[in-house]
Amino acid sequence: MGKTLAEKIFDAHRVDMPFPDTHVLKLDRVFCHEITTPIAITDLMARGLDRVFDPEKIKVVIDHVTPAKDSKTAEQGKILRDWARRQDIKDFFDIGRNGVCHAIFPEKGFVRPGFTVIMGDSHTCTHGAFGAFAAGVGTTDLEVGILKGVCAFHFPKTIKVVLEGTMREGVYAKDVILHVIQQLTVNGATNMVIEFTGPVVDAMSMEARMTLCNMAIEAGGTSGVCYPDMTTVEYLWDFIKEEYPSKEAALEDYSQWVSDEDAEYEKVLKIDVSDLEPMVTFGYKPDQVKPVREMEGEKLDQIYIGSCTNGRIEDLRVAAQVLKGQKVSDDVRAIVSPATPNVYKQALKEGIIEIFQDAGFCVTNPTCGACLGMSNGVLAEGEVCASTTNRNFNGRMGKGGMVHLMSPATAAASAIAGKIANSPLYKG
Amino acid sequence: MKSFNGKALFLDRNDINTDEIIPARYLTEITKEALKPYLLEDLSLPGFDSREDVAGKAVIVTRENFGCGSSREHAPWALEVNGINVVIAESFARIFRQNMYNCGMFAIELPKETIAHLFDKYAGKETQITVDVDGNKIILSAGEGTEEIPFSVGGFDKTLVVEGGWVGYADKNY
Repeated sequence: MGKTLAEKIFDAHRVDMPFPDTHVLKLDRVFCHEITTPIAITDLMARGLDRVFDPEKIKVVIDHVTPAKDSKTAEQGKILRDWARRQDIKDFFDIGRNGVCHAIFPEKGFVRPGFTVIMGDSHTCTHGAFGAFAAGVGTTDLEVGILKGVCAFHFPKTIKVVLEGTMREGVYAKDVILHVIQQLTVNGATNMVIEFTGPVVDAMSMEARMTLCNMAIEAGGTSGVCYPDMTTVEYLWDFIKEEYPSKEAALEDYSQWVSDEDAEYEKVLKIDVSDLEPMVTFGYKPDQVKPVREMEGEKLDQIYIGSCTNGRIEDLRVAAQVLKGQKVSDDVRAIVSPATPNVYKQALKEGIIEIFQDAGFCVTNPTCGACLGMSNGVLAEGEVCASTTNRNFNGRMGKGGMVHLMSPATAAASAIAGKIANSPLYKG
Repeated sequence: MKSFNGKALFLDRNDINTDEIIPARYLTEITKEALKPYLLEDLSLPGFDSREDVAGKAVIVTRENFGCGSSREHAPWALEVNGINVVIAESFARIFRQNMYNCGMFAIELPKETIAHLFDKYAGKETQITVDVDGNKIILSAGEGTEEIPFSVGGFDKTLVVEGGWVGYADKNY
């Protein structure tokens, strides 16, 4: 019997099996942000264990609340900053050089095929787009990761999602993943890895693959994964060109990180995306999904474009395509948060920021921002936001507020209409 | 080892998420104790009052996929500082479940029918639940008589409960 990609990564990283089905893996990367890491740091200090397993493998960013909004968030940043300096962690992205963790870390080339990655953030599954096993964990797992460079997991079964056909114009990775979550339900992939394969994924950019993998957790998945291919090599090439004589050599090395043809899956879900329409959520769970067509005209108060799901340059380009020469409706306000400084700079260079501003968007610095209602862009009670983020839980963006998840194209079109609307890029 | 017995709080809903257990606006706190007043503040459940209904409870009984969403360990911490060290459910989200055991707390899974039985027989009554750690069973009582229900727990999870969490275990072994 062959092995899945996740099984191969487990086999290559297992350092102990203290109990049946408890696999202690060595970690290639431990990512940290200012919300879930400070308590790990203060606990390590209290235990007299204030050290790190390897400062090169730990990458740190302030992203959830940046710049600090009050004394408490300033303190969180300070604990993280002081620790990074004390432990000689070179890759610390402080205010001004920071961006959303799951956008900036891939951009810096920190994730490679076959890696194990943990972070105290549930959307860590994003990094599986590179053919890595990347799992969100709590602060205690993070603390042990920082100290010992290991993490314990049950052996994950894998759900294979095969995406076939051709996406219609104006349909994006976000629409696909919303449809997949609707099929799997919010706990259909609990304790499992979701493997995204098939010609549709093969044709996707790394950005689009990250959008897919980002929302694996919304079906309960431990990690999303895509197979590494030439698109992966091209994305990483600037960071790996010293390691390999050619792109072909890199690809050959990375090709060990794919599932065997006779690998065993918990489930195989084949989806032909050819008839898929732009999708949107309608309730307080990410599996409550409908075509935008059925939700057109629904009232909105705010539009938010950004986050680790859809704050990358491709996302901003699509939104700008819709917004060019248009105005945000007087019925709503609109906010865009480019996910990283590079995304922001590139968007400036391409005139995208000007399009957003001319349309009447508030352009914020790179940050997780409105997504989880703990920084800027918070909703008032009873307000509704059209958002390119990943979670529509009750009160997520502010107590009593509601969120409809959608693609950047749909969000931009909805900003112009002042209510939920299909984008003109979708020809139907 | 923590204490695993006391009055039960019945939350009759699937998919109670971490944002409902502890909203993100309180994640700026850097001590666990500071989370205490906010447990279940955003829980969407008719008739539920987070201040009144949580007080004096030690065990939560709920349905499917409890703790879905965010990785925030603030969710188990908010339970812990309120004296709730046990959640009994039909199923849990992976990260929440692991966080509970990593903190030396119990996330006990029971079959759907058993959970339904617990709701039918005990919800709405003052119910005392004790986890018999050695015996791998929970003991329930509401007025007269007691009922014992066995549960299964993996060797690793049990060890974390007995040894008080993952940091101490990992520091000793790795």
